[in-house]
Amino acid sequence: MFAEFLQFLFSGITVGAIYALVGLGFAIIYNASHVINFAQGEFVMLGGMNTVFFISVGMPMPVAMLLAVVVTIFIGLALEKFAIEPARDASIVTLIIITIGASIFLRGAAQVIWGRNFHSLKPISGNDPVMIGGAAVLPQSLWVLGCTIVIVIALMFFFNRTLVGKAIVASAHNPLAARLVGINPRFIMLLSFGLSAMLGGIAGILIAPISLAYPGVGIMLGLKGFCAAILGGLGNPMGAIIAGLIVGISEAVTAGYISSAYKDAVAFIIILGVLFFKPSGLFGVRGTERV
Amino acid sequence: MLLATSNLSCHYGRIQALRDIDITVNEGELVALVGANGAGKTTLLRTISGIEPASGGSVQFDGNDITMASSDNRVKMGIVQVPEGRQIFGPMSVEDNLMLGGYTRTPAERTETLEQAYEMFPVLKMRRTSPAGTLSGGQQQMLAMSRALMARPRLLLLDEPSMGLAPLLVDEIFATVKKLRESGTTIFLVEQNAYMALAIADRGYVLEAGGIVLADTGPTLLANDKVKEAYLGI
Ligand SMILES: Nc1ncnc2c1ncn2[C@@H]1O[C@H](COP(=O)(O)OP(=O)(O)OP(=O)(O)O)[C@@H](O)[C@H]1O
Ligand SMILES: [Mg+2]
Repeated sequence: MFAEFLQFLFSGITVGAIYALVGLGFAIIYNASHVINFAQGEFVMLGGMNTVFFISVGMPMPVAMLLAVVVTIFIGLALEKFAIEPARDASIVTLIIITIGASIFLRGAAQVIWGRNFHSLKPISGNDPVMIGGAAVLPQSLWVLGCTIVIVIALMFFFNRTLVGKAIVASAHNPLAARLVGINPRFIMLLSFGLSAMLGGIAGILIAPISLAYPGVGIMLGLKGFCAAILGGLGNPMGAIIAGLIVGISEAVTAGYISSAYKDAVAFIIILGVLFFKPSGLFGVRGTERV
Repeated sequence: MLLATSNLSCHYGRIQALRDIDITVNEGELVALVGANGAGKTTLLRTISGIEPASGGSVQFDGNDITMASSDNRVKMGIVQVPEGRQIFGPMSVEDNLMLGGYTRTPAERTETLEQAYEMFPVLKMRRTSPAGTLSGGQQQMLAMSRALMARPRLLLLDEPSMGLAPLLVDEIFATVKKLRESGTTIFLVEQNAYMALAIADRGYVLEAGGIVLADTGPTLLANDKVKEAYLGI
């Protein structure tokens, strides 16, 4: 009984950690620009697909992973530089539509380059489950969790302890004052897209051994991550992490006790519930931070 | 001449907020700009800082045309503004606010200037870990000024630093402005409190409906009948 629940909990936490990373990506870009970047899921896809590709051309796994993250970061930077920045005077809605266009483009390009096939990626530490409290946990789950924890700590350090990180936070709180102390808003935007792409890329590599890698893998992961970002209160990074875990666990529990057919519905029921009952999210900050 | 604008204008959409502004500020001077609500004072400072683009005319700084320069480059050159309403980073600590003020400077310069700021305003040192939003209004104004000083300004633009403060604090802010000026900082001071501003200024300008209508030395403007009537309520 309990072992079964534990089993669902672990698989929920694993996928929830991925949603958390994707949700974090949404939050970072939202904070920098109030844009919801619907290409966030495609960053996830690119992380996985590029790793598969680099391994297929004979690179060792760690090199392939590193390169995949670097390539994804560059695509994120290019998206900002060539699609978002030229339109920076346009309305937020226009910018969001641009990111939707970019996501369709990236998915299409991936299909053209790599085909429509599903690719599997070898788990980092094999497939022999570890037994924890009677539940069988895949080593890849532990990798997902461990990496997510490391990334979250690193990001907290970056935002709270480095001047550039603080500049990103300051720009989100008060864009005018940030410009007046000499922070370049275009640099902050570029940095935010790079960071989000990095998070997406890493998430994609971590989840690929579990979810497979294919051009469309980012659609659902992106939507679930978006759901986490909304539930956590848009623009609240910590909220997105916790909400990501909540979404992941709810899904796994639903799939386990009811039916996996309803799994995907959970995230959307959560989105609808949030929008209806608490539009600012579980951890939404008051909208009046500006003096 | 440190700062000069010639025929400077600025539009918000179709509305013209500034027309043909010619002002100069010399090195070491304290120049005041006074004018009623909505005259365009803030707009002028925003245009000098590169926040609002000029729609005509030019801005020169230290002999260079900077009309097209970005706001961050202007801060690097030494044009630093304390904005209207202070605009501190409320949820961030006092010290983070100050460090961000020195964003364009080297780490060594930041540490050095931070010490100076704490010396000038010991209360900021006492509250250095508090969220800036929890400071009192007067302390927030001191923080906003110190944050600007962290950038080591060659030209300090002050937008209504006395706004919303109790009379005692207003005196303190003006004393600080005088002190800064005596230590050699060039200051362009925008105020609705025309009497106090003109009393400490070397020269002053009067702005009305987006245009400069009077320009003279501080004492002369104070004695001017039109100024007295319109801004001093005498
Ligand atoms: N962002 C804006 N968009 C459109 N019009 C604006 C904007 N900001 C200011 N204005 C208009 O431009 C004119 C000048 O405004 P500005 O804020 O520069 O005046 P001010 O002299 O600073 O006034 P105050 O003493 O109230 O601070 C006003 O008529 C104002 O309504
Ligand atoms: Mg004003």
